[in-house]
Amino acid sequence: MEKMVIKDSSYRIKKAKILHTKKMTENEKFFEIVLKSGESLDHEPGQFVMISLLGIGEIPISVCSSPTRRDSFDICVRAVGKVTTCIHKLEAGDEVGIRGPYGKGFPVSILEGNSLLIIAGGLGIAPLRSLINYVLANRRDFGMVHILLGCKEPKELLFSEELEQWNERTDLYYACTVDRAAPDWAGNVGLITTLIPGVDIEPVRTFAAVVGPPVMYKFVIKELLAKEIPERQILLSFERHMKCGNGKCGRCQIQSLYCCQDGPVFNYEQIKNMSEAF
Amino acid sequence: MYVILGKERFNDFISRLSEMRRLFAPAVLKGYNNFAFEKVTSGKEIAIKYIPTILPPKKFFIPQRETLLEFNIAQGIDAEAVVEYEPMTIFGVHTCDLAGIQCLNMVFSERPKDYNYLTRGSKIVLIGLECNEYCDEYASCNLVNATFPCGGYDLFFTDLGDYFVIHVNTRSGDEIIKEIGSFEKVDTSHINELEKLREKKRKVFGNEVPIEGKHIPELFDRSFGASVWKDLEERCLACGNCTNVCPTCYCFDIRDEVELNLESGIRYRVWYSCQLEPFAKVAGGINFRKERSARQKHRYYRKFRYPVDRFTRFFCTGCGRCTRTCMAGISLKETLNDLIKESES
Ligand SMILES: Cc1cc2nc3c(=O)[nH]c(=O)nc-3n(C[C@H](O)[C@H](O)[C@H](O)COP(=O)(O)OP(=O)(O)OC[C@H]3O[C@@H](n4cnc5c(N)ncnc54)[C@H](O)[C@@H]3O)c2cc1C
Ligand code: FES
Repeated sequence: MEKMVIKDSSYRIKKAKILHTKKMTENEKFFEIVLKSGESLDHEPGQFVMISLLGIGEIPISVCSSPTRRDSFDICVRAVGKVTTCIHKLEAGDEVGIRGPYGKGFPVSILEGNSLLIIAGGLGIAPLRSLINYVLANRRDFGMVHILLGCKEPKELLFSEELEQWNERTDLYYACTVDRAAPDWAGNVGLITTLIPGVDIEPVRTFAAVVGPPVMYKFVIKELLAKEIPERQILLSFERHMKCGNGKCGRCQIQSLYCCQDGPVFNYEQIKNMSEAF
Repeated sequence: MYVILGKERFNDFISRLSEMRRLFAPAVLKGYNNFAFEKVTSGKEIAIKYIPTILPPKKFFIPQRETLLEFNIAQGIDAEAVVEYEPMTIFGVHTCDLAGIQCLNMVFSERPKDYNYLTRGSKIVLIGLECNEYCDEYASCNLVNATFPCGGYDLFFTDLGDYFVIHVNTRSGDEIIKEIGSFEKVDTSHINELEKLREKKRKVFGNEVPIEGKHIPELFDRSFGASVWKDLEERCLACGNCTNVCPTCYCFDIRDEVELNLESGIRYRVWYSCQLEPFAKVAGGINFRKERSARQKHRYYRKFRYPVDRFTRFFCTGCGRCTRTCMAGISLKETLNDLIKESES
């Protein structure tokens, strides 16, 4: 057996350094990362990277910062298993490997000139924070911007300082709800779907961007269709098991589509007849 | 271009070929009623008449396990992407398996390209061999248009009794012919014989399933909710044998392995199967193909429906391996027949 180095391998990793970390909740930790080559990640909101801990494994994680910030990028990781638990042990100065960015994110140039209804359930706020911060950096290009946020309990809310800032801005409509209130919670209680009917939008000029746990989609889509948002303007990001990110390993397939390359963001019209999607 | 190789020169041809590069060819697995692509150095070791080998030649193009990265984590991280390859010739590849390699070529050269596959593949010389007879009742190569050669080889051999007629398809094929040099010129009588054989085959190799290939995608469009899948649910053992032996199944897992010094290690990929339970599981315990019926259905759609949109061809080559190997007796032809029956009722 012979062996040679391949520079253009799609499995080659870029070296990156953690600049800053922050424990956000019991299970989620935030990381600011910079590529050691000095280049920008150059991603779109909604795209993801493959993060490597060499010797432990490699996993897909959404980029949660806006591409308008070019010198570093952010990720937010929930500890659920082997690699994610090990990532949580990392601190500023530690190195990770990066591949990507991968996939089709939110088509920001198409969204321009429209109003946005951004709906985040739980960890879904991570990829949507990238979109929201992109929109805020280019606020004039968009119509009304609505952000609806939902999670199980108040203590699970991510990016709480930013949420407060969004809440105070006059150029955003922001609402948040929790499934179960805590004693000091003064906000909405109930599923995220309860927030949708009250949103005042002009459906033909509105795009909805939805990211959340799989169970959420069916109910949210029903509400969005009831509001008469066209199917093509309902954008959904799907999570699937991913190993390669290159449309090869087959792990992320939703019927004929590869979530890693054709998605993770799809419009509803594209996938509405795919029973494996929901 | 065609040339002729007299049978009396075959052993000499194989010996010379094995001196040029490592040579693999179908051979009888001793003690088993089976064939496999094995390393050979003489014509006597080769089974000229064979039914599909246990594993298709994909094992040379995507080894069961291959290194993708070599890394060192002693200080910070340091990693290099590598490809492992071995220049070789594979002799005796049937048209079904040539079709399988063509499918893999399409997948791995679609962007983003897979240079591990492409580099390795570029070092492999392929010599095809025509099936004069139908191999067994499990095959369905005619249904998927894989009975006759259509590219995908450097040289293609057809056994015409006392001699082989050889189609030279590429420059690497031509180089072999020039270097070994024990060939005769072809004349019209040889070509007539070849045509006669193909004509006979057209009569013998009928459609194995009562449907025309062009109607298969529609059949699958109608069958997503078919009860046939439920029937497979009850029989399938989810062992993954069918995907392992399939010439066009290429799904893989990627894993890391660290040396005992805890400093260096490799990232490698290994064959993996959509039939195994954790394949489509994500964090939070959700499994997008929890039921065995969903997983079997996925396998069939990946052969007969999804690749039609993406690559304009079936990813079934009709080799029959999945049926031959299935411990639960799940038969591809039977499944297709059942789908046809159900869609007509
Ligand atoms: C496009 C995309 C974006 C994502 N973005 C984020 C994010 O921003 N933040 C975040 O915390 N998580 C995100 N995830 C989920 C994250 O990839 C998984 O939680 C992670 O891979 C689990 O790895 P592990 O080694 O810790 O878990 P394991 O110990 O391997 O397993 C724990 C569970 O996670 C599942 N799992 C394992 N590997 C994967 C994988 N590669 N893809 C999906 N599920 C897997 C397993 O089936 C198992 O159920 C994203 C996933 C995708 C596909
Ligand atoms: S992650 Fe491998 S095909 Fe999508």
